Amino acid sequence: MTKETLARLAREWLGFGLLAFVLIAIFPSVLDDFRLNLVGKYLSFGFVVLGLVLCWGYTGILSLGQGIFFGLGGYCIAMFLKLEASTPENTAIQSTPGIPDFMDWNQLTELPFFWEPFHSFAFTVFAIMAVPAAIAFILAYAMFKRRVGGVYFAIITQAVTAVLTILIIGQQGYTGGINGITDLRTLMGWDIRTDDARFALYFICVALLLVCILIGRFVLKSKLGRILVAIRDKEERVRFSGYDVANFKVFVFCTAAALAGIGGAMFTLQVGFMSPTIIGIVPSIEMVIFCALGGRLSLIGAVAGALIVNAAKTTFSEMFPELWLFAMGGLFIGVTLFFPKGLAGLVDDYVRPFLGRHLLGVKPNDRPAPTPAE
Amino acid sequence: MFDYSFAELSSILVMQGFAGLILFSVFVLMALGLAIIFGQMGVINMAHGEFMILGAYVTYLTSHLFLEFLPFAYPAYFFVAMVFAFVVAGALGLLVEWAMIRHLYARPLDTLLATWGLSLILQQIFRSTFGAREVGVELPDWMMGSLALSDTIEVQINGLFVMGLTVAITVAVLTLLFKSRWGLQVRAVTTNRTMSGAVGIDTRRVDRMTFGLGCGVAGVAGAAFTMIGSTGPTSGQLYIVDTFLVVVFGGAQSLIGTVASAFTISQSQSALEFFISGSMAKVLTLLIVIGLLMLRPQGLFVLKVRR
Repeated sequence: MTKETLARLAREWLGFGLLAFVLIAIFPSVLDDFRLNLVGKYLSFGFVVLGLVLCWGYTGILSLGQGIFFGLGGYCIAMFLKLEASTPENTAIQSTPGIPDFMDWNQLTELPFFWEPFHSFAFTVFAIMAVPAAIAFILAYAMFKRRVGGVYFAIITQAVTAVLTILIIGQQGYTGGINGITDLRTLMGWDIRTDDARFALYFICVALLLVCILIGRFVLKSKLGRILVAIRDKEERVRFSGYDVANFKVFVFCTAAALAGIGGAMFTLQVGFMSPTIIGIVPSIEMVIFCALGGRLSLIGAVAGALIVNAAKTTFSEMFPELWLFAMGGLFIGVTLFFPKGLAGLVDDYVRPFLGRHLLGVKPNDRPAPTPAE
Repeated sequence: MFDYSFAELSSILVMQGFAGLILFSVFVLMALGLAIIFGQMGVINMAHGEFMILGAYVTYLTSHLFLEFLPFAYPAYFFVAMVFAFVVAGALGLLVEWAMIRHLYARPLDTLLATWGLSLILQQIFRSTFGAREVGVELPDWMMGSLALSDTIEVQINGLFVMGLTVAITVAVLTLLFKSRWGLQVRAVTTNRTMSGAVGIDTRRVDRMTFGLGCGVAGVAGAAFTMIGSTGPTSGQLYIVDTFLVVVFGGAQSLIGTVASAFTISQSQSALEFFISGSMAKVLTLLIVIGLLMLRPQGLFVLKVRR
């Protein structure tokens, strides 16, 4: 193997390998069960930021509504788990046994029609991706076909987030209102509240995330990925070259929504509830921040961003509750002003050339242009 | 709803319309500053709500100063507070433009992130300074109470006052933009930045003053809010979606459009509230606005510009 091949492999797979190693080997061996569960929870935001890298970093569509897609996925699995927990025996003390407890409190006497399909696990798995993607399709198709983009699209996704959050909070009988869907117990008879289950769920989450990163990489390296970058940089020119720009944008936005849906489902499984406070406007903007801080042009970087910001948030708000908003605010301003490519950009500019020079003896100017997926 | 007599129904209609008008004033006050900044400069200011809250806190402080040192002048404190609010929020706006925004003009979506960070910092400053609880000001006597127009129709004086204030501020901003030399420069920069620079307009200075003015107007809006509600560190976030939607729906570069869309949104909201619950009325209103925006992406009023 020549040095060049080695350097190329290192360049392309170092980040991925490092992330996989840390997630699979380091974290489970050094963190206790509680902390590992927390990391798993942060990682479920990793799915959202992967979608954001695709649609914001590479296609230039900023969505402030990812929280909603996250939430839709989360609610889908929560409905399934809630139905499983609401057997007639478990809910015998209710006036109508067999329906979820919050429906009983809200004087509903039968299961609403849109809850019925969630008795089926296969349907639920399908819905976790399909429901967010369908909402995203309606929104994106209507907007992009009429060539609404940029700032306007961002603001409209924000308004949609507001609408859906108010709706979920307002329709208590159907959604559990502000408390959300709580007290989830088993998944197909498997108790998800035990430490063993949480340990297993962590690995499922990591495996899914790594697969999603590989898919995202594949998309970005393909011709499709190049078209997406072209749309971001010069939309008009792509349109004049005969591509239907709107279709590409709709596709990438729906993909991002489906990814966010998977993240929401993983979140619900590991945390044991889903509520509107996790998916409103503020959390949706925070998801964009994770992506910006980690690097909007790097799949690995963005996932790392989600981990770092969430961990910082938890530690700071535990240790200095007064200071954490200052720290977060300062971080966002600093990253936007000084490192628009996020932490991954710093790694690309400083760490990689350094490693290349000292470990592999590659001179900086030997370096070919960075590949899109990095 | 059909059990009411005609007189009752008409007075409900008037009261509901009046509530809608107060909401309209609130929307216009919130959106005016944002329309100046977003419409004229293309900067997304997510900290707009916090600039309003700053104005509200300045008003709160001023009212305490008056109670402490000038109790006899208390009835007039609000007019002084308004000036203070404008100056403080405007000055902070100028500072923020200088330190942050001017580096981001080429990247409008990034202004969103940076100003969001700013809003977090401002919120924490408010919380550390004034506490997490909401504060309110004591209204002077002449603003309390309500005006009885007929046996069944009453309107609150503070509501009327806020409406009057809205009209005054809107007229002032419109005059400034359409009658002054500076306003001419702002409009020129909006229409064609490169060309304006070429004919000798200092576009950087114009940007800075525009941002400062937008923030100052937000401060005055916050001062006006103290007349009708209390203020907490996170109140600003509650308004930001409505405000952006009002501006976008009106057509970003048209202040008349902003006023028109504020009127449409507030009236439909308050009319719907009579039939269905408040939160569902809000959902329906927002959905209608989003639907209309899909039909007419540029908003109600489009400024014809050659690019």
